Amino acid sequence: MSLGPMMQWMQSILHWVNVNLKANKGNVILVFSKGCLHAVSSIDGEVLWEKDLSAESIEVQQIIRPLGSDMIYAVGFVGSSQFDAYQINAKNGELVKHKSADFPDGFYGDLLLVSSDILVSLDATRTSLVTIDFQKGEIIFKKTHVSDIVDESFGTAVLLPSELSGMFAVRFNTLLVFIKVTIEGKLEVVDKITNAAAVSDALSFSEGQQAFALVEHVDRKILLTMKLVHDWNSDLLKESIAMDLQRGMVQKVFINTYIRTDRSQGFRALIVMEDHSLLLLQQGEIVWSREEGLASVIDVTTSELPVEKKGILVVKVEQSLFEWLKGHVLKLKGTLMLAGPEDIAAIQGMRLKSSEKSKMTRDHNGFWKLLIVLTKAGKLYALHTGDGRVVWSLLLPSLRESGSCKRPTGLSVYQWQVPHHHAMDENPSVLVVGRCRPNWDAPVALSFVDTYTGKELKSMGLIHSCAQVIPLPFTDSTEQRLHLLIDAEKHAHLYPRTSEAIGILQHEFSNIYWYSVEADNGIIRGHVLTSNCIGMVDEYCFTSRELWSIVFPSESEKIIATATRKLNEVVHTQAKAIADQDVMYKYISKNLLFVATSAPKASGEFGMAQPEESCLVVYLIDTVTGRILHRMTHHGSQGPVHAVLSENWVVYHYFNLRAHRYEMSVMEIYDQSWVDNKDVWKLVVGKHNLTSPISLYSRPAVVTKSQSYFFTHSVKAIAVTSTAKGITSKQLLIGTIGDQVLALDKRYLDPRRSLDPTQAEKEEGIIPLTDSLPIIPQSYVTHALNVEGLRGIVTLPAKLESTTLVFAYGVDIFFTRIAPSRTYDSLTEDFSYALLLLTIVALIAAIFVTWIMSERKELQEKWT
Amino acid sequence: MSTFHLLFLLSILFSPTLAFRSDELLIDDEEFGLEGGVQAQPLSPDLVNTRSSPPPATTTKTTRKKYSDTDSDSKIQFLLEHAFGDSEFSSAGTFTARLKTWNHGGQTLTKLRFSRNAFTDLEKEKFQNLLKGDDFYKIRLPSNVLSPPGREYIISSVKARCLPREGLDEHFVIHMEGGNILAVNYGTPGACSHPRQLKLPAKWSFNSHTVLKNSEQAPRAPVFSEDLLGGETGEGEAVKPPERSFWAKYWMYLIPLGLIVMNAITQAMNMAEEPAGGQPSQQGTAVQRGPAAVRRR
Repeated sequence: MSLGPMMQWMQSILHWVNVNLKANKGNVILVFSKGCLHAVSSIDGEVLWEKDLSAESIEVQQIIRPLGSDMIYAVGFVGSSQFDAYQINAKNGELVKHKSADFPDGFYGDLLLVSSDILVSLDATRTSLVTIDFQKGEIIFKKTHVSDIVDESFGTAVLLPSELSGMFAVRFNTLLVFIKVTIEGKLEVVDKITNAAAVSDALSFSEGQQAFALVEHVDRKILLTMKLVHDWNSDLLKESIAMDLQRGMVQKVFINTYIRTDRSQGFRALIVMEDHSLLLLQQGEIVWSREEGLASVIDVTTSELPVEKKGILVVKVEQSLFEWLKGHVLKLKGTLMLAGPEDIAAIQGMRLKSSEKSKMTRDHNGFWKLLIVLTKAGKLYALHTGDGRVVWSLLLPSLRESGSCKRPTGLSVYQWQVPHHHAMDENPSVLVVGRCRPNWDAPVALSFVDTYTGKELKSMGLIHSCAQVIPLPFTDSTEQRLHLLIDAEKHAHLYPRTSEAIGILQHEFSNIYWYSVEADNGIIRGHVLTSNCIGMVDEYCFTSRELWSIVFPSESEKIIATATRKLNEVVHTQAKAIADQDVMYKYISKNLLFVATSAPKASGEFGMAQPEESCLVVYLIDTVTGRILHRMTHHGSQGPVHAVLSENWVVYHYFNLRAHRYEMSVMEIYDQSWVDNKDVWKLVVGKHNLTSPISLYSRPAVVTKSQSYFFTHSVKAIAVTSTAKGITSKQLLIGTIGDQVLALDKRYLDPRRSLDPTQAEKEEGIIPLTDSLPIIPQSYVTHALNVEGLRGIVTLPAKLESTTLVFAYGVDIFFTRIAPSRTYDSLTEDFSYALLLLTIVALIAAIFVTWIMSERKELQEKWT
Repeated sequence: MSTFHLLFLLSILFSPTLAFRSDELLIDDEEFGLEGGVQAQPLSPDLVNTRSSPPPATTTKTTRKKYSDTDSDSKIQFLLEHAFGDSEFSSAGTFTARLKTWNHGGQTLTKLRFSRNAFTDLEKEKFQNLLKGDDFYKIRLPSNVLSPPGREYIISSVKARCLPREGLDEHFVIHMEGGNILAVNYGTPGACSHPRQLKLPAKWSFNSHTVLKNSEQAPRAPVFSEDLLGGETGEGEAVKPPERSFWAKYWMYLIPLGLIVMNAITQAMNMAEEPAGGQPSQQGTAVQRGPAAVRRR
């Protein structure tokens, strides 16, 4: 099920309460959204009644229904210091009573319901607890200073949102204090617990007893304690479970009861960890765990597997010999039907292990790699592409909450070091870039992680901000790639911080250009490095200068999409032979940027703009000089635009308001300055410009071709296949609205398609023009599977030229490998080598037999 | 409706292009075939070449005056500013153009003219420094020509070493959208070879080329009428196989047939020969075969 719309709905739900009103309407769900209280039937979703409270400008915090009553209370704050309570008849939404009172000290945070008539909140300074009694005639506030009930002062307090009847928990840094509300409305401290991580809601089980769970961190273990709410000293359950440190702290705990075999009450707990993984605990063990963190992938990169090392130690050989023997005994057992279920499981496990797929070494075809995945929780996973298992995972220390880094977020992963020359004795590593706060001027946190071991090599942080990361096309002697981090003040910071790196950079200093897109402002700027930062001792810091700018008129154009070529894309040839023995030269530049803008009115949802007032403008921009190479307007069209740029073409998807359909367009750009080279004589004599270096400062002679087609689906992501040498024809990978990945041949998006192509064009492979792109059901890469909540598609080249590896991520993750032009360079997996051998042997035998026979016959003929 | 009529009449009365069309021959207009601005298509770029060795101040002034007599309301001027490396921007020339308002409310610039200020001695020196240091020569334009500088200035730069040729060759491509300038591409009109050599211009005068560009319209998705009627294009194509020759169709039958016929003929010939040699007797086989073989040879 898609979570997208559900999440939106959840945000507007403030609280929901089940009220059993009528037999035929089931329970009532009360939803507070945009100042209006709705009662919704749980059976058919019918809105039973509405109560508009928007005139009161109240922010409803809780909706309370006392047991066995038809009345509900909606309580909340108006402004920061006024408390309001509405008594509403749950059957018809009639307002019965409205009470309001001022609390001059103001409130902080949420309201917490402690018992049926007492609410607790914090005052604005977060040093006093405020109890609110709202069901009596008057609203009574009672303020208790924290230091009055807890001896020491521990700094600011935070109310935990756990619902424990008659009690609540307050957190002071590492200390958790349980406070009980007596019948007289007094506050009493029940217990203080250090190292507590999470508290569950109270769960009622037999005879009105209520229990809750408390999780503490002790050393490398977590301690799960189940307590009765009304009897603090009795522990229902006390279990300690060893926990993987890479899962971080416990964030949340939920409990559930079951009846044990001895008919006593058992409890199990579901815990949510810091890395967003989900674990079920029962009887002091982890029953199952799920890596739900993989549902929020931020960025993906790859790493090659280690090279297979020859020469194994004797001990290992002995061990493997033993294993080998054991394995064969097991297999024998299996074939003789003597194996028990455990043995069968062991055999299967061995089969999986020994299969090529899950090997931890580099394979000949380059199919098996490590996918290094960064998730929202700040955890890095290495996934094996063979069987999808997690090889290692690392909760990045630099992306964890700390005193100086309040809300860290991961940004991206880059390949930091890819050893080719020292592949045997050096491990590759990746660079993880994060920020301390979501704002773009927040300080940066860098981590360098070894991709074979999953250990953090070093980390740096809090030096400067980071608006952009630019991997440079240079590496140093240890094959570390040079990276420039651009901060908010447009200063460039060089990594790695070595003098060798500075030397390399100085050499290429004047050739480093970059651009920045200010989408909100509608400006694209180009920059170049100038000199070392002035007034700073940092020699790895460089100032920049603005070279060019493109300012889109704010009233008519808003940047909605940009696309660039992938840095590692390989183009096999620049020339493209066309039908009539002619050649066209692709304009291939690493500095091509595709930008789509649309009218600000039409950049929102559909239906906001009329076709007349919305138009989509697409640009091809050279990012070194800021030259607009091509600019084109689609009238009556609007976003969202999804685009992919590869080689010399860009394909983009948008909505045509006039035709009420989605469209896809292709734009190809060709270089005209090479056209003179067609003369063979010139080539022979040497009068050609094929070897002269190209400067982008020359005036480009380009020509673009474009064509549009209708496309049935709306699109979530577009990618293009990439192969090792770029020879194989390309396919577009389209993430459809149904969360599937569709492969569409690039030949369908060729601006040279025409209604009836000539014979020569047909031979070249040009498909007759149709108005819409075909969707061939067999070309779904995902087959019958859905990649739930698809957000991105990443393609990687395999070593085998014909094959592309595809990784799609969303809530689910999906990996496959595809061959856009079939596997022309390898035999299929089910190719029968035995048959081939047999044939060869048979042929050799036949040769011998016939040879002997012919000898014999000759001899006989000679005798006669 | 009446107000609309009134407006229409007014527009006829006041619109200079419709009411009065000067038959005076303007030098530049004739040269570039942009007479009266009527032929100026919004899509076609206006190309203006200006040679401003010493800026022809007098001629431009007179031309400008002629315009200001007829339609001063639609004439527009905006400044080109330049900077040498990191220096401040200073005035470098003036663009003059006519703003044409279309019936549907759109506005386009036509008849763009450019008068470049000659370099002062100080600027020459600065430019020479740029040439020596292989640094950037930077220009800027306002982003809105109706209310300069608009939101922000549009900047463009080029390596100074790309410009010198005989004189200083420069090429502007100004991308417009109504009264807004989106971008200006500034550079040399030709190629700028890489490694850039230090070369001082022979003449310190600019040879400017200016192109005004508006957005192109994208090609529409093709709509087929057949598709609207029944959508049987795919079938129609499939039904009509390409015509092939008789030989191409039936060669696989013809070749074996031919072989059989050939075989039959040779056999028939053999049969015909044997009776000619008389009834073969058992003893005479060897003898008879000899001459037959000889005959066949």
